[in-house]
Amino acid sequence: MSYRIIEKRDMVHQVHLMRVLAPDVAKAAKPGQFVIIRIDEQSERIPLTIADYNVAEGSVTIIFQEMGKTTKRLAALRAQDELEDFVGPLGTPSEIEKLGTVVLVGGGVGVAPVYPQARAYKAAGNKVISIIGARSENLLILEEEMQAASDELHICTDDGTKGHHGFVTDVLQKMLQNGEHVDRVVAIGPPIMMRAVTGVTRPFGVQTIVSLNPIMIDGTGMCGGCRVSVGGETRFACVDGPEFDGHKVDFNLLMSRLAVYRDEESSSLKKHECKCEGGK
Amino acid sequence: MATRQPMPVQDPAERRKNFNEVALGYTEEQAIAEAERCLQCKDPKCVQGCPVNIDISAFIANIAEHDFDAAIRTIKLTNALPAVCGRVCPQEVQCEEYCVLAKKGQPIAIGRLERFAADYESAKGVVSPQKAKSTGKHVAVVGSGPAGLTAAADLAKAGHSVTIFESLHEPGGVLTYGIPEFRLPKAIVRQEVEYIKQLGVDIKVDYIIGRIKTLDELRKEFDAVFLGTGAGLPNFMGIEGENFNGVYSANEFLTRVNLMKAFRFPDYDTPIKRGKKVIVVGGGNVAMDAARCALRLGADEVSIVYRRGEDELPARREEIENAKEEGIIFRLLTNPVRILGDDKMKVKGVECIRMELGEPDASGRRKPLAVKGSEHEIEADTVIIAIGTSPNPIIFTGSKGLKSTPKGTIVVDDSAMSSIPGVCAGGDVVTGAATVISAMGAGKLAAQTINEYLNK
Repeated sequence: MSYRIIEKRDMVHQVHLMRVLAPDVAKAAKPGQFVIIRIDEQSERIPLTIADYNVAEGSVTIIFQEMGKTTKRLAALRAQDELEDFVGPLGTPSEIEKLGTVVLVGGGVGVAPVYPQARAYKAAGNKVISIIGARSENLLILEEEMQAASDELHICTDDGTKGHHGFVTDVLQKMLQNGEHVDRVVAIGPPIMMRAVTGVTRPFGVQTIVSLNPIMIDGTGMCGGCRVSVGGETRFACVDGPEFDGHKVDFNLLMSRLAVYRDEESSSLKKHECKCEGGK
Repeated sequence: MATRQPMPVQDPAERRKNFNEVALGYTEEQAIAEAERCLQCKDPKCVQGCPVNIDISAFIANIAEHDFDAAIRTIKLTNALPAVCGRVCPQEVQCEEYCVLAKKGQPIAIGRLERFAADYESAKGVVSPQKAKSTGKHVAVVGSGPAGLTAAADLAKAGHSVTIFESLHEPGGVLTYGIPEFRLPKAIVRQEVEYIKQLGVDIKVDYIIGRIKTLDELRKEFDAVFLGTGAGLPNFMGIEGENFNGVYSANEFLTRVNLMKAFRFPDYDTPIKRGKKVIVVGGGNVAMDAARCALRLGADEVSIVYRRGEDELPARREEIENAKEEGIIFRLLTNPVRILGDDKMKVKGVECIRMELGEPDASGRRKPLAVKGSEHEIEADTVIIAIGTSPNPIIFTGSKGLKSTPKGTIVVDDSAMSSIPGVCAGGDVVTGAATVISAMGAGKLAAQTINEYLNK
């Protein structure tokens, strides 16, 4: 199979948006689900969350950050290029229901998967409060979109260039301390940020859903590469998740498993970069 | 009586360093000499042992008469995957077990001759099959493993328009992601899949039934459905430390190696940990495959840890012998109790306990019992769990009325029909993890049932 890229846009430094023609995936996609892509024959399979989908056009939008060889190669592609494989929708969709007030927390490129959820929670009749963060103002993504999808939007930057100077957890902590009634928190971002969010909500007893990002290969439940420990039980994030009760997740295990191939990843990237530079 | 022609193989010292095929195949002379041993029984028993009913004595007669083209034509009348079957079928408990020569000496090497005929054709260029006259009926096949491919081929030959839905990016199921290159070269799987496409079968990859479409939706769009989704969900032992870094399910390990070609990293992007001391838990063919792959990735020491004894090893005898020749260590009557890790949650060993065999259990196999106080540690940096697989439940998402057993397998009647009329199932999704050839036999039966259902 092959899947044509119909739009490729650089959002902020090293973060890119790609709209890909995949009508079957677009038709079935729901918030909280993801796809697995493979660029070509030699490429690995990597999971990326569905940021948006358009049934009429038959397109699915992914937003990704350049991290290693595969995402760098992906970033080098342009509209009209094709991806060999675009498999999805995968994972169990988010349980979107009318609860009252839902706080959505997105960190870095994690704002991308938060966005469709914000819209869905809003459409379901919830008061949506969003807290989005980035290292610096120029790395913030989807600010306008999140503004439109939320009743309240809080922006945080690590360096204080925009909004609150500090972490998303500071804003959330203050909100809960001030007695804001929150029925659910959804947090998506780096594991360390999701762990911090669960640390903030735990004493308040607020249900906290996180979307886990372990290493995946097939994404269909046949290998267990993505296994995580939730409430002491082994679960496969690709079929049982990727969303879980954040208060039950073993984040230390998740983070240690994410680091397994660090050496291989860096050698693969180094080799790729040498080749690219050598070619110039 | 002439003795059975030996199979030329790669030298063990050499082959443990590469992923090339171990068994090299018969030459024309060897094939003819072997075929000439066949007694051409009036009432051949061998065919009883073949789940896909190949006319064995006929194709062997063709080989003995030097007519190799006729041999492959004969085989392909009933079997669409001869190059696969000739390599991976456990012939010793199938066709060859029934061979009358087996009673007094060695049975005819039916599998090797089947492989010879298939490889002969492949070297010459596969002849495109004639497409059947269309019946106008549409059949969906879910899964492109041995069951699905066989069902699809037979349904296409019957004139139905067949679409296969495959979730991975390459067809073949376990033939592609599970069985390693050195037992079944992927080029051969591709060629057999190509032949099935030439019969008019459309294969849609990257297409997950239960996610893109439910079975209920599929049933509305097609006149009949065959479910051959296999048993792809890996079982873990549920012991402490099983999620440590360096612990793989055999499915993950083999998928990385075979489907993603991690043995060619960094030319291929998918990485794999090349362990130095590797422990594989389990005694089936999957365990042998994983152990032999780990060895070829450069391990210093690979051991099979199995809770029963040598006689109970479920793997094919030939694969056990191959593994031993290559230097795999067998730690029998041994069972892991927990996996030991360092402060970074990385595997550093396995605590095992010795076992002894007790009374036979309900299945007739002697039950392994732990010997108290026999705990001991085995050093390891990689552990591969190969204790079996279960059906993947995704297929049940949005399939009202599809009956399953508590083990998650699909319930079917004697004709392979499930609880939903017009939906047949076969292979591992019905039996639990079994063999390639039994899945093919089930695919054949289901195709026949679907034919009858559509002709009603």
